[in-house]
Amino acid sequence: MADTSIGLWTVPLAVLGGAIRVSTPFLFVSLGECITERSGRINLGLEGTLVMGAMSAYGISYLSGSPWLGVLAAGITGAVFGALHAGICSLPRVNDIAVGIALMLLGTGLAFFLGKPLIEPTAARLPAIDFGWWSDIPQLRAALRINVLFLIGVAIAPLLYWAFKTTRWGLLIRTAGESADAARAMGHSVLLIRLRATMVGGFLAGIGGSFLSLFYPGSWNEGLSSGQGITAVALVIFARWDPMLCLWASLAFGGAAALGPALQSVGITSGYHLFNAAPYILTLAIMIITCSPKRTLTGAPAELSITR
Amino acid sequence: MTTDTAEPMEAVGVAATADAGFLQRYGASIEYILIPGAALVGALAVFGAFVAVYGKNPLDLYFYMYYGAFGTWFSWQNTLTRAAPLILTALCTALPAQLGMVIIGGEGALLIGALSATSAALALQGAAPIIVQIAMVIAGVIGGGLWIALSGGLRQYRGVNETISSLLLVYIALAILNHLVEGPMRDPASLNKPSTREIGAANMIGTIPGTDVHWGLAFGLVAAVAAYVLIYHTTFGFAARVAGGNVRAAKIVGLGVGRLIMTICFLAGGCAGLAGMIEVAAVQGRTNANLAAGYGFTGILVAFLARQNPLAIIPVAILLGGISASGGLLQRRLGLPDASVLVLQGIIFVFVLASDALYGRIGFLKGKS
Repeated sequence: MADTSIGLWTVPLAVLGGAIRVSTPFLFVSLGECITERSGRINLGLEGTLVMGAMSAYGISYLSGSPWLGVLAAGITGAVFGALHAGICSLPRVNDIAVGIALMLLGTGLAFFLGKPLIEPTAARLPAIDFGWWSDIPQLRAALRINVLFLIGVAIAPLLYWAFKTTRWGLLIRTAGESADAARAMGHSVLLIRLRATMVGGFLAGIGGSFLSLFYPGSWNEGLSSGQGITAVALVIFARWDPMLCLWASLAFGGAAALGPALQSVGITSGYHLFNAAPYILTLAIMIITCSPKRTLTGAPAELSITR
Repeated sequence: MTTDTAEPMEAVGVAATADAGFLQRYGASIEYILIPGAALVGALAVFGAFVAVYGKNPLDLYFYMYYGAFGTWFSWQNTLTRAAPLILTALCTALPAQLGMVIIGGEGALLIGALSATSAALALQGAAPIIVQIAMVIAGVIGGGLWIALSGGLRQYRGVNETISSLLLVYIALAILNHLVEGPMRDPASLNKPSTREIGAANMIGTIPGTDVHWGLAFGLVAAVAAYVLIYHTTFGFAARVAGGNVRAAKIVGLGVGRLIMTICFLAGGCAGLAGMIEVAAVQGRTNANLAAGYGFTGILVAFLARQNPLAIIPVAILLGGISASGGLLQRRLGLPDASVLVLQGIIFVFVLASDALYGRIGFLKGKS
């Protein structure tokens, strides 16, 4: 804000840029969780998956020099964690929420353990596409430096919407989520459907993690994700299990999360921590407004334990 | 939820001295010790293999874990000091579990409890230490209690999932703590580590005579026993367990489910808030970001490993306190990262949950799984 005097316009611009940049992990985790929850299971462990994804992406990118290999590694790590969740949940009498909490702790612990030697070195980062070339305002150009992963995420949302509606796989996942008995009667294994849905969900969440370590903030440290994974899980609930709503909600969240740093950049530093908590407060507020004790949420998969 | 809600009912059978069949009673209690024990052994074996892949000798690992946790009087004291807050944060998960609720926000209630207790102490500077200490306990319990009661109220009156809301509240509590500690409540003298002013050496709660273990352990033990009595030997606890087993049945017989949820959540949060007060009044002496040491999250594991039984929480908290006490030794002697304790906790958690599948499936005569 030093040379070009656009004054307080910095804040909305930074929020816009933040909405695009910060929303990406929210977007991937929520889309992944959307698939998992539509199949009738909730995976709270995506917070751990996100951190594991961030760590493995950074490690592989550092070792191989290719950030895209890192993204792939993050996805695979996420899928492995998804398989672990689904595998334990398929045992009788095991509660999926509790398994999620366990994997949240295991994922974070494992990522900190294995990521210890990665705090120092610098890994190759993901490239960004400059959409702001036409502008002279540096803030706008910064806001419009968009990562490819964001575009992929934006493309996945309508694809997923379409897939849930029209494809055979979408129908199978929804059947497993609405009535396990119906899916069984059709001759399909509910456990297998859920295993695959959780693995795909974990894959996407892992990629969301790779964005954290390879693009923004763009380094590996232990404070990288603080609750983004769990916020994204909550986001799916008020997005009514609709991938397109997940997209809009993620953007709103990215904007909210960018508010703190944006205000700090124009010199408003008091209450910095409170503004940083904006996404959590927003999540809670929206859940309070949209939930109701009287009825189950519209669009909620009937098999989901969280809407019991 | 089936596992959580089914468990207290059977535990009643264990606790009741009456005429339940001897074999039935004995078999169930053996199962409750044997299965988590086997899960623990399995988790230790996997962790040993993990460490072996990392290039360390698993036998050294087990030895140092034992030595760092229970090997000497010094390590015992370290273990017990860590167990004190764990007992209390575990109660924060175990009490709502009686109602079938999964609360995982003990860390947030701990932080709010610590902040409230510190504020009370700072407001009462100059008063007699005993007054300050009592005020700190009250403030800590009320602060933490209201924090979790918020989650309970949102669940009961707005239908907001309590697991997610309580976890979101952890991050909000941390933001409030950081805000206050770096802003309005900051001690100008704390440069590198923003902190509040100290509560004063005279107001610290001190150690149990003859040991280095602070009085917080006594608080934890009393709270655990009180919670056990409340849940298994009072009408209130019976009502809570009925509501946890079947909400509709509870409503039909006229139990005030809303009141039960609010009371239990307040007590649960009060325990975690008390843990925060203890950390301030016995360890840190002030509030700063050091308080977010993860006791709240380890407490969740303690509660699940103890199968949400308040009495079983005591030995389990000592066990996990021991594991975290040995972390420093593992770091120094084996060169393992400090996160190795977190990894082990995660593995234990996974094994304990997976072992839920075994209940009722092995006759106790068959022995190990």
